[in-house]
Amino acid sequence: MTKEDLFVSSTLGEITEGGIPVNIIVLVKQVPDTENVKLDPETGIMIREGIDVVMNPFDSHGLELALRIKESRGGKVTVISMGPPNTEEVLREALALGADEAILLTDRIFAGSDTWATSFVLSEAIKRLSLDFDLIVCGEKAADGETGQVGPEVGALLNLPVITYVSNVIDVSDGEMVLERSVEDGVERWKVKLPALISVIRSVAEPRLPTLAGKKKALKMEIKVLNGKDLGFDPKEVGLPGSPTRVVSVFNTKVSRECVLYEGKELEEGLKKIIEILKPFVEGDGR
Amino acid sequence: MIMVLNNAFDKNSLELLGKARELANKVGYRVVLFLITGKEENFERAGGYGADEVVAAVHPQLKRFSLDPFLRISERVVRRYNPSIIISPATTFGRTLLPALAAKLKTGLTADCTGLDIDDEGNLLQTRPAIGGNVMATIKTPNHRPQMATVRPKTFPIPKYDDSKKAKVIMEEVKDEDLEDRCFLLDFKEKEMEANIQEADVIVSVGKGLRRKENVEIARKLARLVRGAVGATRAVVDAKWLSQDHQVGLSGKVVKPKVYIAAGISGAVQHIAGMQTSEFVIAINKDKYAPIFKVADLGLVADATSTLEEIARRLESLREAGN
Repeated sequence: MTKEDLFVSSTLGEITEGGIPVNIIVLVKQVPDTENVKLDPETGIMIREGIDVVMNPFDSHGLELALRIKESRGGKVTVISMGPPNTEEVLREALALGADEAILLTDRIFAGSDTWATSFVLSEAIKRLSLDFDLIVCGEKAADGETGQVGPEVGALLNLPVITYVSNVIDVSDGEMVLERSVEDGVERWKVKLPALISVIRSVAEPRLPTLAGKKKALKMEIKVLNGKDLGFDPKEVGLPGSPTRVVSVFNTKVSRECVLYEGKELEEGLKKIIEILKPFVEGDGR
Repeated sequence: MIMVLNNAFDKNSLELLGKARELANKVGYRVVLFLITGKEENFERAGGYGADEVVAAVHPQLKRFSLDPFLRISERVVRRYNPSIIISPATTFGRTLLPALAAKLKTGLTADCTGLDIDDEGNLLQTRPAIGGNVMATIKTPNHRPQMATVRPKTFPIPKYDDSKKAKVIMEEVKDEDLEDRCFLLDFKEKEMEANIQEADVIVSVGKGLRRKENVEIARKLARLVRGAVGATRAVVDAKWLSQDHQVGLSGKVVKPKVYIAAGISGAVQHIAGMQTSEFVIAINKDKYAPIFKVADLGLVADATSTLEEIARRLESLREAGN
């Protein structure tokens, strides 16, 4: 196997069939559809109005991984999200794709949660609902906040082993899984004891599209909606009051560059400039 | 005290030490470099980069990051030293350990900062790009300590080394039980340099304007010549021309090389968010009106493939002439 294969191929098909079923929780977030955003030409800010909410794309890959493990090993996939009421749409989509259960944690008192407060609510909900799981899967980060912190925070609060930046799952067998993790200088292969929490990058599994039958089935399925009271949260420990961090200011920074454009007859001049810029980086040893 | 926490005595540590020193001088804090790492080095040298003290937990088994031992050791040391501020690089290490540590310490953490300052009360002002990178948010942690942040590599310059200053080094004992781990490293395969887009000084990035997968070879060749890496747009990765490690942008990596060459890339918002802070941007595109030119310093309205070929050819002959 070449190094390239390590990243692009998913050996998920080899997950041992049979054995003890694996129950998986997938943490998902609803985000604005950043794949289709436009920039305001004046301010350079993303135009948020009129943008649909979608499942965080990174979480879609996590959900796909969970569904494939379920399909080869059996077990149950539960999706959990904390968010405003319209997050139901995203959870419905997860059910249409094949998730078995969906739980929405929604309440005004959760609004304004930073990553600590979010992780607290998610981890406490998992504890207080006594959810049975072998594995928690989340996306590397959310496409809007981009912190990537909630996964490891939930893992630490639940005292689970955590592997981040998972690029490939090799096998899930009884009580442990083997997976690959993509880091700056290479790819690590790890064996992890279950239960565990993993955060995945996109290459882990390419999400499927929902089928009509799946969508129909999902319409009839119940989404468990729980508020702060249902879970016994004190409004002081969640949401903005429960968040250690505060945003003190927000400002625009439009990166503006004056592009010197070369075309037609001037191309030669542009090429010469590029050579001048790149020359210092060229190795002299002829390797 | 400002603590710089890292898993290696590397460039990232030095960048953070420089900034930590600057912040510490404003409010009269000490700077401690806390390393959890695989091998002992001349840690005293950290003094020349701004550290007053180095705390080092060194064990061969700590060569590669794993959360269980790193969290155990870092939580113990942090509780003992009680720093006001902890900063780490926003690498796969920092972005995994710090959230777990913040959770254990019940405190705030700001991810991937690109600016740090401190106010008179010792509040760390943490600035980070919000969605898309065109909006910046400044965040503080008013009532919780420590205040924690991960900082995007290459944000701050490596300070000038002052060989008259040496840091006091304190070795943190690593016991067998510290190394207990529910995760076992089975294997490690090093990435080729061309895939390490976050470290590279030059990135030759390719878009669908290259037309064919085979043409990526030309970008590879040029990247090798300038000791750089090969970047890619999401479309290129989705078409499997290159693996996801190469992807620059919102759903890939944010990069900040000295020179970024965007070849055959039109410049979708998602891509621009990942490369706009590069020091110098060269764009090559046939379409004069491609948005990529708006974030470029130098643009060629030309075919990307043949232009990359021509640049590579000229650099090659320069290299040969130099030998």
